[in-house]
Amino acid sequence: MYSEKVMDHFNNPRNVGEIEQPSGVGTVGNAKCGDIMRIYLDIDENGVIQDAKFKTFGCGAAVATSSMATELVKGKTVQEALQVTNKAVMEALDGLPPVKVHCSLLAEEAIHAALWDYAEKNHIQIEGLEKPVADIEEKEGAEETTEGY
Amino acid sequence: MSRLIYLDNAATTQVEPEVLDAMIPYFTEYYGNPSAIYTFAGKAKGAIEEARKILAEGIGARPEEIFFTGGGSESDNWAIKATAEAYAAKGHHIITSKIEHHAVLHTAEYLEKNGCEVTYLDVDENGLVSPEAVKAAIRPDTILISIMMANNEIGTIEPVREIGAVAKENGILFHTDAVQAFGHLPINVEEMHIDMLSASAHKLNGPKGVGFLYIRRGLKLRSFLHGGAQERQRRAGTHNVAGIVGMGKAAEIAFREMEKRSAYVTELRNHLIERVLAEVPYTRLNGDRWNRLPGNASFCFRFIEGESLLILLDQNGICASSGSACTSGALDPSHVLLAIGLPHEIAHGSLRISLSGKTTKEEIDFTVDRIKEIVERLRNMSPLYEDFVKKNA
Ligand SMILES: Cc1ncc(COP(=O)(O)O)c(C=O)c1O
Repeated sequence: MYSEKVMDHFNNPRNVGEIEQPSGVGTVGNAKCGDIMRIYLDIDENGVIQDAKFKTFGCGAAVATSSMATELVKGKTVQEALQVTNKAVMEALDGLPPVKVHCSLLAEEAIHAALWDYAEKNHIQIEGLEKPVADIEEKEGAEETTEGY
Repeated sequence: MSRLIYLDNAATTQVEPEVLDAMIPYFTEYYGNPSAIYTFAGKAKGAIEEARKILAEGIGARPEEIFFTGGGSESDNWAIKATAEAYAAKGHHIITSKIEHHAVLHTAEYLEKNGCEVTYLDVDENGLVSPEAVKAAIRPDTILISIMMANNEIGTIEPVREIGAVAKENGILFHTDAVQAFGHLPINVEEMHIDMLSASAHKLNGPKGVGFLYIRRGLKLRSFLHGGAQERQRRAGTHNVAGIVGMGKAAEIAFREMEKRSAYVTELRNHLIERVLAEVPYTRLNGDRWNRLPGNASFCFRFIEGESLLILLDQNGICASSGSACTSGALDPSHVLLAIGLPHEIAHGSLRISLSGKTTKEEIDFTVDRIKEIVERLRNMSPLYEDFVKKNA
């Protein structure tokens, strides 16, 4: 069902992890639907993405698209990173099954969310970047459901 | 990966060599149409009747109450749709539960679009349907109660006998989807007050695409498939002779071995459950700890998603299943896991392991070891786990 590239990025995901004091971090998706992506960006003073890391809760395609998205934005300027669309992520992965296309949209959205966070922290505006919609709030009540699991 | 560890026996099973041996002559030698007049076809006809007898005896029914079908889904469809049709003069209300197989649920939903009213009963946190709730749902126009004997996802065994008694007291027909139970649990349609029962061969080491519907004598259910006069004019279509023979053989073995096999599989399942719950943190067992199908173990691992887990198990040669949305292409996780009250994010992290009489302890131990590694790996990748750890630091 998945391409070799997807399987490779699922099996050996690039850039898993966190960045301490990131320039920007964005979390999109929600656990209800079964996909959450968090992308951390380290952006230097010239606006170049020096490092990108991710954490993802989700299916094989969700992990692979996060991995590919972080690969694609690394070394790019903020403006260039905006061009990393879901289509670009899918193409780089040699395609996704139709039911998994939303994973690539989520990856694009996660990058946008991280860039948005970066822009807010630095009180700047990034041309062409709209406020991401799928940003999720701090999950509440996480402890309450711990019992018995 | 050279070795295959097959732990998805609730999805389907391997045809036993003895079963296959019994089937082959009905492809090669006795291929005659059992409805034909000539002596040559007699052997095929005799074999069908032999199988019918074995199946009937196995559930305390009479041979003429067994009608062969193309499997569990057809049996469920037939029982429910034909009852709705036959009893339309009495009423249009059907009682079922929220955790039925889609063969029942989607049939009920279809009937709702055609004028029926359906009550989908809630279940408790272990997936049990309460006989009192069934009783309370009965209306003057209720024509059918359909509650499964055992659940395919979480393994819970329903109080069918008590529900059957409620149905009988109230003069309402009782159908049970016994696809997961038949050949695995003792069944007696008299003691359990069952009017209709669905079974499928491929869940008990028989072939796929063959099953039966038990219909209590005297019930006026009409034909579902129209055409020839097979099955005493109630189910048209040339008999799947080899399949029926296979089902008979598989059932014969299952009944003969039930006690021994059940004890063996239950012990292995308990070992699996104990190890997983003890060694994988933030894990829950779905369904009742004891009152469950011998071969079923269903877990939810918090902070991870089921499809990822399945792919990584597959890479270790392990076949299992999950009720996560991603595995079905749907948006919501399994209706059964939601019905027992699990939040979506936890239901997404489900894993069903279903054992057979051939599963070994070594295979189970290997599987648990892999589960531990894989769950840890996926958690280290999970933002939900990250948040949880930070919150509890
Ligand atoms: C409880 C239950 N009912 C019905 C079915 C459908 O049976 P079949 O695959 O023979 O159509 C299954 C099997 O998937 C099942 O587990």
